[in-house]
Amino acid sequence: MRRMPYYVFTGSLALLFLFPLAWAGVASVSPQGGTAQTGGWGFANYGTLADYQAGIWVYLMNSVVVSGLTVLFTLTVSLLGGYAFARFRFPGKNLLFLVTLAILMVPYATLLIPLYVLLNRMGLQNSLVGLALVLTMFQLPFATFMMRISFEAVPAELEEAALVDGCGSVRALVDVMLPAVRPGLVTVGLFAFLAAWNDFITPLVLISDADKAPLPLAVANLRQQVMGIIDYGATEAGVVVLALPCVVLFLALQRQYIRGFMSGALKG
Amino acid sequence: MTATLQESPPAKPGAAHVPPRRRRQALTGWAYASPTALFVLIFFAIPVLLVGQMSVSDWGLFAGNRGVNAPENFVDAVDQRLFWPAVGFTVKYTVITTVLLIALALGLALLVQESTRWSAFLRTAILVPSALGLASASLLFYALYSPQSTPLGFLGVESFLGTPTRALWSTVALIVWRFAGFYMLLLLVALQGISADVYEAAEMDGAGRWRTFLSITLPLLRSSLALCTILCVTGSLLAFDQFYILTKGGPDNSTVTIVQLIYNAAFAGANNLGLAAALSIIVLAALLVLNIGQFRWLRGKEN
Repeated sequence: MRRMPYYVFTGSLALLFLFPLAWAGVASVSPQGGTAQTGGWGFANYGTLADYQAGIWVYLMNSVVVSGLTVLFTLTVSLLGGYAFARFRFPGKNLLFLVTLAILMVPYATLLIPLYVLLNRMGLQNSLVGLALVLTMFQLPFATFMMRISFEAVPAELEEAALVDGCGSVRALVDVMLPAVRPGLVTVGLFAFLAAWNDFITPLVLISDADKAPLPLAVANLRQQVMGIIDYGATEAGVVVLALPCVVLFLALQRQYIRGFMSGALKG
Repeated sequence: MTATLQESPPAKPGAAHVPPRRRRQALTGWAYASPTALFVLIFFAIPVLLVGQMSVSDWGLFAGNRGVNAPENFVDAVDQRLFWPAVGFTVKYTVITTVLLIALALGLALLVQESTRWSAFLRTAILVPSALGLASASLLFYALYSPQSTPLGFLGVESFLGTPTRALWSTVALIVWRFAGFYMLLLLVALQGISADVYEAAEMDGAGRWRTFLSITLPLLRSSLALCTILCVTGSLLAFDQFYILTKGGPDNSTVTIVQLIYNAAFAGANNLGLAAALSIIVLAALLVLNIGQFRWLRGKEN
């Protein structure tokens, strides 16, 4: 009983943090003037969203392709790179590692201006692949660092045993090391997915073709529709579609999330 | 190879002898590191050099490179009507956000540090907003703040984004909501790293709660607090999504940040990539100086 004020206070705090999300979910299906859902409850706002310009499925697909490619590229590059940094000695190793971490020091905006020019020259302007390549680069400091410490945590005997058994380093990597660093891979993949799914300024700068816009950009553009009158119902529905996968992933993989945050803390 | 070996003094062969195995290791190492190296070279090193070149060139969005014009871009960048207001606003926003966020995060971390189920629920509730993208969170608050759809009418605020001050504080509220959990978690990790013995010793010495917090908890949290501050300052100085979506820089250009200035110079209006590159270089330099300063300050304190 003595703790009652504590429970009331912390309980209201929790409500305060949950309220905006809960409201967006409820408001997207509740009746509201100026939206498609004027009377009664229902999913008309999602209908507006579905019919928006090229159709929500196109934007959703763009986001899925960009996020999928970013995860694939990030996992491949950081798996190989982390293995190299943790297990091999080669000239330029420390320099390469430092330069990879230095990506964190340079603001997005500073890199996006030249990248816009560079991707044009490479014929990757307006391309989802080009977007995924750039997003992968932004992920590399965290991913490489994470995979390096994951590989370093694997006992050397495990790998040596495989090498003595006559495996090449590729076999040792695939058969012995891969299972051992799986938790690191899950964390790296999760963060790469979330970063790619949610990124706004990178596609804003690099993608000018409206049909190639990923979901956050499309929902942001949706607001300027119909003679300047904003359809808040459709915006709320868009927020729900954007937030749902992130919240579900967060609740399902909280452990990996927190692990990622902790290695983020080590980074400094 | 044999000739050099014979000619060299007896001490040297040992050093020159290692190659075969070590060279193979170096080659294999490079083979595994080559994708990383390629990515870093093409998408990071070359762009950094290119932005340097662009900043001293007359470079239009559509016209492309029209030759060197240094230092015109830098002069134009600083002479822009909105340059100093944007710098001033960005710094003000950064100070407010950092102070509020770190103080709140510390309070929350202290509040939820117990290992009970209720605390675990609280941690999850406070962390959920961190799962959202900044753009999604901004869109959510855009609807939350709009007079047509707001559920916050009972607060009696006539317009959340109508005046410069309200627009600033409404955006700060969004950022605090989105990031408090993240910083809380960083501080929580550090809090749990403090051993119980230290607290027991303090209690034996008769230190009260407040005294214990000031002379034990705070000093032991210093490096984590410093890390939070660096992350928060850097993130806030580069603020873009929240203002682009929520206020569009308005009302009356009162909430234009530096990164918005870069974006506008390049893609909205001026179409001047050279000018945008010069602004980018200025931001990069300011950030480097600031970070070096912060690290120096930290080092000095630790010694």
